[in-house]
Formats: sequence, structure tokens, C-alpha cells
Amino acid sequence: MSTILEVKHLTKKFDDNEVLKDVSFELKKGETLAVIGSSGSGKSTLLRCLNHLSPPDSGQILLEGVNINTPEIDINSIRADMGFVFQDFNLFTHLNILENVMFGPLRVRGLSKKQARQIAAAEIKRVGMIDKIDSYPAQLSGGQQQRISIARALALKPKLILFDEPTSALDPELTGEVLSVMTALANEGMTAIVVTHEMGFARSVADKVIFIDQGLIVEQGEPKIMFATPRHERTRLFLSNFVRLE
Amino acid sequence: MVSFFDYAIEILPEMLSGAWVTLQLSVVCITVGIFFGMILGVARVYSSKFIYWIVTAYVEFLRGTPCLLQLFFIYYGLGDMGLLLKPILAAGIALGINTSVYQAEYFRGAIQSIKPGQMVAARSMGLSKWKSIRYVILPQALRLVIPSSSNEIIYMFKYTSVAFAVGVPELLAQADLTGAMNFRYFESYVVAAIIYTIMVFAVAKIMSTIEKKVTIPGLQLAQ
Repeated sequence: MSTILEVKHLTKKFDDNEVLKDVSFELKKGETLAVIGSSGSGKSTLLRCLNHLSPPDSGQILLEGVNINTPEIDINSIRADMGFVFQDFNLFTHLNILENVMFGPLRVRGLSKKQARQIAAAEIKRVGMIDKIDSYPAQLSGGQQQRISIARALALKPKLILFDEPTSALDPELTGEVLSVMTALANEGMTAIVVTHEMGFARSVADKVIFIDQGLIVEQGEPKIMFATPRHERTRLFLSNFVRLE
Repeated sequence: MVSFFDYAIEILPEMLSGAWVTLQLSVVCITVGIFFGMILGVARVYSSKFIYWIVTAYVEFLRGTPCLLQLFFIYYGLGDMGLLLKPILAAGIALGINTSVYQAEYFRGAIQSIKPGQMVAARSMGLSKWKSIRYVILPQALRLVIPSSSNEIIYMFKYTSVAFAVGVPELLAQADLTGAMNFRYFESYVVAAIIYTIMVFAVAKIMSTIEKKVTIPGLQLAQ
């Protein structure tokens, strides 16, 4: 499989606080990458740097071989190719479910209403929410809203999707429906980077795991190997917290 | 001396023609006010520092001066400088500008009450800042602004009566005229008051109907 994303020596500072220190990794087409680490380790910042919601200070981000971390790049067209799923969903409050998912094809891709509606209906079906097409976001549960926000990202037909702790704002009984949508996507070959605290998902669904601590990638590799035999003490400590709880 | 009722009927044509002028003037001022209010409100939240300061100075200046002064300035003041406007046009401009700065503040409040995540979500999808404002922020702000904007609209409706001062034949002017002609100010003003009340009631009703019609679950200001 071809490499879709290559990140080289990415750094990011907030004032004097170095949030990302020389982060490098690569992702192949169709892979799911889980990014794990404790709160404040820099994992969400990494995600926001990738689509310039929070522009990185230095380093390269190669999307299909093209460096997008340069001032010349049209960041809007890059963002349209990188879906983003937020922790707190951020569905458009004034639009119903169908209109929310149509938004990307219609307003960003510039497709006709008819085409946008077709794409949206298909993506809403994919996340199993077709019966809620006329509802407004506030009328849905958190899990349902998150499934729709995944559909909204998919409707742009992105090259990859960035998930920023997609289940962290959900009640525990609602995380399952979102994780199963994400698992189905991974199995269908969608390329994704998932920042998550769901170790079960990271271990069983991801093709690759990155453990970040204090802005540094401490360890990366295959999940089964990393979870069974972490090479670094910090990884072992972090993972042991979860093992104890399970 | 004819009874109040007969007198009211007698002057009704003049009064209704005044009410019609009041209505036209109000519609113009309110439309101008909302349109420019929206632009100024957006500018105060989203524009560069430089434009922000210009807009802020403009808003504060117009809020800090009496409406009647603004009207006299545009009608007599500009007239002195050679720019002679018809009274109704001068009134439309002055009152429209005056109300727009208040609408601007209501729009600013509405925009600032929208969760930042809405803008971030639109930008994360690859939409430009201005398109995000157009398709995400404004549709929400326009709904959120209705309650406070309605107050300003009703206020403006009545405040068009200052146009009387530059000779616009609106409702108050007609009341004054018929009162003077018949030496019956008391009754003329009562008739005008009743017509104003009915019109304002209708406007309030229209606004609350619009508010209900465009309401969306989960999109309202915290009570």
C-alpha cells in the first residue's frame, strides 16, 4: 500500500510550552492509526496541526507526497480532503441531519443540491441514522450526533479522517455505537488517525499505535506487540493503568 | 361640536395617509438598519483590528449623539453644504443609520453567543472564513437576534415620528395638522395614539410569528 501521509520533524509551541517536539511518523493508505497518551501529552494538538486548525511551527506534513506545511498551500482544499471529527461533535445547530451531511458536498465541494442529497443520504445510511434525517442535532443523543458528524466528514469524500477523542464526551453506554461505526470504516479501508482513550479500540482495530508523552513519540508500532510487550518504561506505565482497570 | 367618534371618522383619511407614510418610512429604516446592522455586527466580531476600530468608533459616535441631531444634520446641515435631500429621504437615511448601530450591537451579541465550535467545524471542512460566516454564523445569528432586534424595530416604528421635525407628513405630523385646523389637538392626538398602538401591536405580532416560524430546537439564547 502507498504512503498517504508522512509527518517529519513536526514541532509546535504555545508561548514557551513545547507541545510537540520533533514528531515523525507515516501512514499508509487504508491504515488506522491510534494515537494514545495521557491528557495534555500533545495528541490532540498533533491532530490539529495536521489540518492547520492549529498551525505547526516547523516540520513537514506530506499528504500524498506534497508538503502542505508551507504558506503557498491552499489550506482550505487540504482541509476538505482531511475529515475532522470533534470530541464535542460540533454539528451545525441550525441545520437538520440531512442538511448537516449535505453541507460539505454542497458548500465546500460545490455540488448540486441533488448530488449533495444523494451523497448525504448514502453516508447517513452508512452510519445507521436514516430514520433521523429530519431531526435537528439537539434532538439526538451524543452517540447519534457523533455518528452524524462522522457521516458529515465522510460526505466530503476525504483522503483520510482525523478523529479527536470521538468518544470522550459520551456517556459510557453510548461509546459502543460510535466505535462500531469507526470499526466498520476501518474494515472498509478508510484511512484514519484516531486520538483516543479507548484502549480496546486501539488494540483490536488499529493497524498501528503511537504513544505520545510530553510532546514526544515514545513508541510506535503494531498494537498487539506494543500492548503485550511495551519497550519503554513510560509506555508500560501508561498501559498498566488500563490493564489494571480492565 | 361633533362627537369624538364623528371627529375621528372625519379626520381618518388624513390620519391614515399619515400612518401610511409612517409605515413606509419605518419599513425603509428598519430594512436599512438590519442590513447595515448585520454588516457592522459581523465587522465588529470578525474583521481586522483596523476595521474593528473604525466600526467601533462609528457605532459609539452614532450612539452618543441624539437622533434628532443626526436628522437635522442630514437635512439642514447637508442642505447648507448644498446637498438638498427631500425630507422623507433625509429621514430615511438618518433614522436608518441611527437604528443600524443599535442593530449592530444586537448582532454582535448574537454572534458572540454562538459556540466557537460552529466556526471551527466549518473551517475544518475547508470552508473559507467568509463562507463560514455566510452559511453557518449568519443563519444562526439571524435567529438569535430576533427577540432583541424586535424591540429595536418597535422602538424605531414609533421613533419615525421625529421626521415630523423636518416636515415629513407622517402620522404625528397629520395629527398636529388636523388638530391645528380644527382646534381639536386632544382628539387628534388620541386618534394618532390609537393608530400607533394598533400598528405597533401588529408589528410585535408579526415579529413573534416570525420568531416561532424560524425557531430550531436547540438554537436559542439561554433564558
